[in-house]
Amino acid sequence: MTNDNIQINSAAEKRKRISYGIALLLVGFVIYLLFGLNTQAGSLTTFGLNLTSSQAIKVPDLIVPALPAIYMMAAISVFAGAYQLARGVRSTGWLISILAFTFVVAFLMWAAQDKSFNLTGMLSSSLVRATPIALAALCGVISERSAVINIGIEGIMLMSAQAAVISATLTHNLYVGLIVAIIVGGLVAAFHAYLVIRFKVDQIVSGVAINIVGTGTTSFISSRFMQSAGDTLNNSGTFPIISIPILSKIPVLGPVFFENNLIVYLTIILIVVVHILLFYTPWGLRTRAVGEHPKAADTLGVNVYFMRYVNVILGGMIAGVGGAYFTIGSVGRFDEIMTAGKGFIGLAAMIFGKWNPIGAYTSSLIFGFADSLQVKLQILRVPIPSEFLLMAPYIVTMIILTGVVGRAIPPAADGQPYEK
Amino acid sequence: MTNVLELRGITKRFPGVLANDKIDITLREGKILALLGENGAGKSTLMNILYGLYKPDEGKIIVRGKEVEIQGPNDAIAQGIGMVHQHFMLVPVMTVTENVMLGIEPVKNGVILDKEKVAKRIREISDEYGLEVDPTAYIKDLPVGIQQRVEIIKVLYRQADILILDEPTAVLTPQEVEGLFKIIDTLIKAGKSIIFITHKLKEVLAVADDITVLRLGTVVGSIDPKEATSEILATMMVGRDVNLVVQKQPAKPGEPVLVVEDLFVRDERQHLTVQGVSFDVRKGEVLGVAGVQGNGQTELVYALTGLLPLEAGTIRLLGEPIHHTTPRNILERGVAHIPEDRQRHGLILSFPIHDNMMLCTYYKPPFARGISLQEKAIFSNAEALVKQYDVRTPSIYVNAGNLSGGNQQKVIVAREFSRPIELLIASQPTRGLDVGSIEYIHKQIIKKRDEGSGVLLVSSELDEILALSDRIAVMYKGQIMDIVDADKTSKEHLGLLMAGVHPSEASIKN
Ligand SMILES: Nc1ncnc2c1ncn2[C@@H]1O[C@H](COP(=O)(O)OP(=O)(O)OP(=O)(O)O)[C@@H](O)[C@H]1O
Ligand SMILES: [Mg+2]
Repeated sequence: MTNDNIQINSAAEKRKRISYGIALLLVGFVIYLLFGLNTQAGSLTTFGLNLTSSQAIKVPDLIVPALPAIYMMAAISVFAGAYQLARGVRSTGWLISILAFTFVVAFLMWAAQDKSFNLTGMLSSSLVRATPIALAALCGVISERSAVINIGIEGIMLMSAQAAVISATLTHNLYVGLIVAIIVGGLVAAFHAYLVIRFKVDQIVSGVAINIVGTGTTSFISSRFMQSAGDTLNNSGTFPIISIPILSKIPVLGPVFFENNLIVYLTIILIVVVHILLFYTPWGLRTRAVGEHPKAADTLGVNVYFMRYVNVILGGMIAGVGGAYFTIGSVGRFDEIMTAGKGFIGLAAMIFGKWNPIGAYTSSLIFGFADSLQVKLQILRVPIPSEFLLMAPYIVTMIILTGVVGRAIPPAADGQPYEK
Repeated sequence: MTNVLELRGITKRFPGVLANDKIDITLREGKILALLGENGAGKSTLMNILYGLYKPDEGKIIVRGKEVEIQGPNDAIAQGIGMVHQHFMLVPVMTVTENVMLGIEPVKNGVILDKEKVAKRIREISDEYGLEVDPTAYIKDLPVGIQQRVEIIKVLYRQADILILDEPTAVLTPQEVEGLFKIIDTLIKAGKSIIFITHKLKEVLAVADDITVLRLGTVVGSIDPKEATSEILATMMVGRDVNLVVQKQPAKPGEPVLVVEDLFVRDERQHLTVQGVSFDVRKGEVLGVAGVQGNGQTELVYALTGLLPLEAGTIRLLGEPIHHTTPRNILERGVAHIPEDRQRHGLILSFPIHDNMMLCTYYKPPFARGISLQEKAIFSNAEALVKQYDVRTPSIYVNAGNLSGGNQQKVIVAREFSRPIELLIASQPTRGLDVGSIEYIHKQIIKKRDEGSGVLLVSSELDEILALSDRIAVMYKGQIMDIVDADKTSKEHLGLLMAGVHPSEASIKN
């Protein structure tokens, strides 16, 4: 618009520019004060790039002098902050990336000084830990794109996790476990859909109810039957690691991406498939229309209720896969409340990813990274109480939800029942 | 001459309302049937029945001589019936192509949406009927006039030959209306038949081949447009004589109520849409703001009522600055606002009428005592206002969203006029209203003026501006081109100013 030639900078924009600049400056100083001053001059940090169990070609470890690296990170952050204050950059994504990158690298340098830290191992476990989060997020994306909120994902995953391990143990077949988990997820979601579509029950209330019922019944079944009969009911084994030929030989990337179990691969495939379905097929077009403006879809003969049922149920089936990951995909056994809030973190990843499957996966990876970092740091005996480290993924969730995402715009009809 | 469509004995009841009562209408092939009627007469209801969105309680639908069962929009589409709704049915965050293809998506490779094919077809339809649109544009970026074209393309893409246009001109600028009439012309030449609903009698006389008038859910009669005049039609619609000319005495302006100086405002998309506007409104006068929609009028009103922050400038009400205060404070100082978008800013559609009637003052006696609402006072207030302002509703407990468009507007007017005010800001106050209601609301505005309030009237209808205003400000691209006395100007002169012609040149050309 030509109108904008008149330069009156909006106050809000100016404030935002300045606050990002100051944040970067502060991070630079914090890096210096916290990590720079507490690092021995001349100490080296070793980043391991090989996994012992992996088939990948071995490469030498990365050895970095800790202090200079920390100073460099502080300098980058301060410089970026000063530039931002002086000139202002449009893309906030870049600013946040710089901020996070410098802080995390400096932190690792400090935490692992004079020790060895397996980078490849951590990245690999980030991907694995991101898997249930991503599946929960994908479940959210599919149902909310059709305007049905499902906060019962946590409960659905718990029930699927338990159903998977019991059926897999009884039949000695992990695939049966996976299929049962998918069916259980679909059924519970169908129940949610029936309540909120047919009877217009409040979607949050129904979701909370599913979570309560899910926690209650699985804990009951677990303590009543599974603990006493551990080997006959609760010992399924797990999906084996599948190494993809050739690709798994690539150093670093191989062990991270190409030596995983079935569910991790399935997740990546599902993300891509759902992304294509959502944006390039009639089903996706109708889903998005129903989520944005159901009345418009209705006037064109699209069955709003049918679309919502299908989406919520499909979402539930994906959450079922997420549930299966916890038991037959990682430990081979069910423990009470073992999902530990991953369903909710998945919803945060969905929002952070702007209701877009690939975005949701990317943000799940960030959460997965925070989670595996926390574990690694405990092993390294970093002088931070483990309770704080455990909080890391949740703090990341909150920071991302409040600060970074800003105004994420959900589907316009999200959460509203459709009245003819 | 054959009839493509006949509706026989259609009856539809809503709780407490008989919306359609044994309605018969006939549409001849290749002709335009204009459907007239007061707000709430049942026009949209009838059309929604025809399109399969409501199920009639009684009656039958005959298409091309055969009785058909229409259970839903799919059946209507299969019968070649297409509808452009009163409130557009477009998904704002999707492209034109996506909106058009929704529901009957062609695919390539078995699953992937074939957008190119649809875009190509859209271009063909555009060329054939003169409906220029960019298939890749997002709906939210298009002006209403173009959005309406998309709606028509949607209908044509489905190969409809019976088109229902429910109040297509209510939200259009005069230029866009011209464009629409040209399109209608080509459609008729291509053999389509059209049902056209409007409240603008001149349009009816200009385009219709047949006219059918509804009142209170029944057909009051049909008339040949050659024999009709605006007065006859108005009387048929309302059931009494309507004064189409506003009666008013010359204004007796007092001191300024509202003084605006050098105002700059940014819209939600951060475009600077009001650029250095200054004017004043005095007690006892109507200042009309004319201009083609989208030249900054909306943002100007939002800034005056505290709904958008100012970029620069001052706004003073009775000498005191109000540009850094809250909307409630502005209301409490005696500003009444009839908003342009009544469904978004004027009413809470899911609240009953009685609550909508006290939205500005719910926290004060008599409606509230301490923290508790006083139901008795709220109900009796609503009863009185419904009666006084002739809101057509079965009761005050009905949700505002279930009222017809015109009656929703009356609820807002009743609420805003029922408290003492210094300044009335009325934005498109009669959009979508029938002649009877327009007459009524115009009278009320003049009454407020004569009681000594200042009135700022924003309207894209030149007739309305000329009928009510004492002085007229013309806005173009966010600026005021000129402020002229209403009795020293003409429609043509205003038209030139609205098109951005400089005042000195505009007066020479006249
Ligand atoms: N969904 C509904 N529920 C209850 N009453 C309704 C509903 N829809 C319409 N009505 C009522 O039916 C009557 C006819 O409404 P309709 O919308 O058909 O009027 P209209 O002729 O299109 O008026 P307008 O010119 O204002 O659009 C009105 O009294 C209205 O209050
Ligand atoms: Mg209507």
